[in-house]
Amino acid sequence: MDNLVNLLTGFGDVLTPLNLLLALLGVTVGTAVGVLPGIGPAMTVALLLPITYGLEPVQAFIMFAGIFYGGMYGGSTTSILLNTPGESSSVVTAIEGNKMARAGRAAQALATAAIGSFVAGTIGTVLLVLVAPQVVKFAISLGAPDYLAIMLLAFAGATSVLGSSRIRGFAALLLGLVIGLVGIDKVTGQERLTFGIPQLADGIDVVVVAVGIFAVGEALWVAAHLRRNPGTVIPVGRPWMGRSDWRRSWKPWLRGTAYGFPIGALPAGGAEIPTFLSYATEKKLSKHPEEFGHGAIEGVAGPEAANNASAAGTLVPMLALGLPTNATAAVMLAAFTSYGIQPGPLLFQREPKLVWALIASLFIGNLMLLLLNLPLAPAWAKLLQIPRPYLYAGIIFFASMGAYAVNAQPLDLVLLLLLGLLGFAMRRFGLPVLPLIIGVILGPIAERQARMSLQLSNGDPSGLIGGPVAYVIYAVILAMLAWPLISKLGRKTKTKDVVYTAGQ
Amino acid sequence: MSTAEPQVETRRDRWQYGVCGFLAVVGVLVITDAARIRHIANSNDPIGPKPVPIVLGALLLLIAVLYAVDVARGGTGEAEAGEDVDATSPVDWRTVLLLVGAFVVNLALIEPLGWVISGGLLFWGSAFALGSRHHIRNLFIAAALSLTTFYAFAIGLGVNLPAGVLQGIL
Repeated sequence: MDNLVNLLTGFGDVLTPLNLLLALLGVTVGTAVGVLPGIGPAMTVALLLPITYGLEPVQAFIMFAGIFYGGMYGGSTTSILLNTPGESSSVVTAIEGNKMARAGRAAQALATAAIGSFVAGTIGTVLLVLVAPQVVKFAISLGAPDYLAIMLLAFAGATSVLGSSRIRGFAALLLGLVIGLVGIDKVTGQERLTFGIPQLADGIDVVVVAVGIFAVGEALWVAAHLRRNPGTVIPVGRPWMGRSDWRRSWKPWLRGTAYGFPIGALPAGGAEIPTFLSYATEKKLSKHPEEFGHGAIEGVAGPEAANNASAAGTLVPMLALGLPTNATAAVMLAAFTSYGIQPGPLLFQREPKLVWALIASLFIGNLMLLLLNLPLAPAWAKLLQIPRPYLYAGIIFFASMGAYAVNAQPLDLVLLLLLGLLGFAMRRFGLPVLPLIIGVILGPIAERQARMSLQLSNGDPSGLIGGPVAYVIYAVILAMLAWPLISKLGRKTKTKDVVYTAGQ
Repeated sequence: MSTAEPQVETRRDRWQYGVCGFLAVVGVLVITDAARIRHIANSNDPIGPKPVPIVLGALLLLIAVLYAVDVARGGTGEAEAGEDVDATSPVDWRTVLLLVGAFVVNLALIEPLGWVISGGLLFWGSAFALGSRHHIRNLFIAAALSLTTFYAFAIGLGVNLPAGVLQGIL
């Protein structure tokens, strides 16, 4: 019941004309930037950080909520109308969505994505209200060794994303951890990796890392491979759905939400797995399986709902544990820390006003998105035709401005360029960027927890592992790391069986 | 075309050893930097600031070796795709270097000349690098963007952007 009261107070804080205006601004700018090709939700949040710099924390968070959902929705519009999505989470939306658009059903594809996002986002946020305080209650009872285990789980999760190379993921994670080391050690005051440069004593700002890796790195990468003729944009009118579209969409929305939220809420979740699961389920359950691959509306409705629900799910570990599990949450966390706010179990006690205002604005932003996107879709589609030189020059322009504005020192621009080149190289060689950013954010915290654990055990290394919660988590980590080995063995025995039966 | 393909493949493989080398260099750097730290430990902090970087450095060296083994076995990372990315084309170094140039101009001039001028040059230079040849139109867009952002952010929201030589005029 307490939570309900808190939530209502949160709504009370948000429902002032100025704050509603900020929410509307966040949603609009978030969608507009998110729609731009090549700009995923994480980059949207990173590029729009400066517009919140001059605001009070509560107002900044209200705007973030709008930018967060707006950027998500904008991304799916791009993948439906242009195909070839920028974010791995909208890959599945693009499969059927773009086919629908090509078959003249762009309006329906956008409508089922918009309404599905709204349904999933709203249910997801309700679940966030119910689940997050429980996680906080549990988390408060945890000690330093347990936190250390949770951080290591997040590292393992980020490096073992399905279908990518673990060695490359692990390399990216280590680079992030090293970047996180730079600066004065908080406990002893010793400088690490500062090379005598005084501006590095405070460490490399996470915002500079996020903007460098996501925005500058991406802009350089695209610039190096710019298509001579950008893909054709499919023109679209006002999104709408007929009765049969509604009938075919509502179940996939709910099933997608059911996949998205819990998987997104796991410390090692993400949006890729639930969107793929949702697609596979809809394909299996559909009464029109022959339409899959040629533009089946269920194949847009389900994955799109799963994508948005998992975004709401990622807010559970982010707010309750301070654990980012996807790129967008990582950038949001970076933004929080630039306000001197450290997400984690104590956040709900120390800054209840902030947390509940943020959650309330998620509801409001989601509703605004629905009202905004249905009529504005044709305008968003026009944004896709922006000349590419201006688009990528603009990304570099705003990235430089945002990075400089953090500390007002030109050295940050040097770091931004170096990190941008690192981001470029990572894209070139297929190193995932998410482990790096998670390493930068969580590395220092993990080190602090490890040192606190050892303090409690008087330096005895066994103090690093104690506690039943930690044991369970380490078992999960081991299983995750050993998984490719296990599945390889499984496959080997299976092929043997096949050979055996074939031989008979 | 089909004869050129394996060549591209092998060249890509060799560049990947550069990544291994980079990881190893970072690892050595982290370890030498940590070795310089005096050993400080007390009951509040039994291990001090030294062990974590040393462990990270060792892991970097380990992963550099594993990476090299993976590359030698023919492992490749999948380059990132995107809406505007033509993955089949080779890296266009001219564009990248011109962009880096525009970037360096901005970071060198932002303090002496101010954001309006350096940011404008950054946008104009980046658009040029990316192949836009409408020089006059781009100049107007660049000026409009840098002036708008300066008024909106520096003056409107109080964000740190230097006025530079235009101090007092803007």
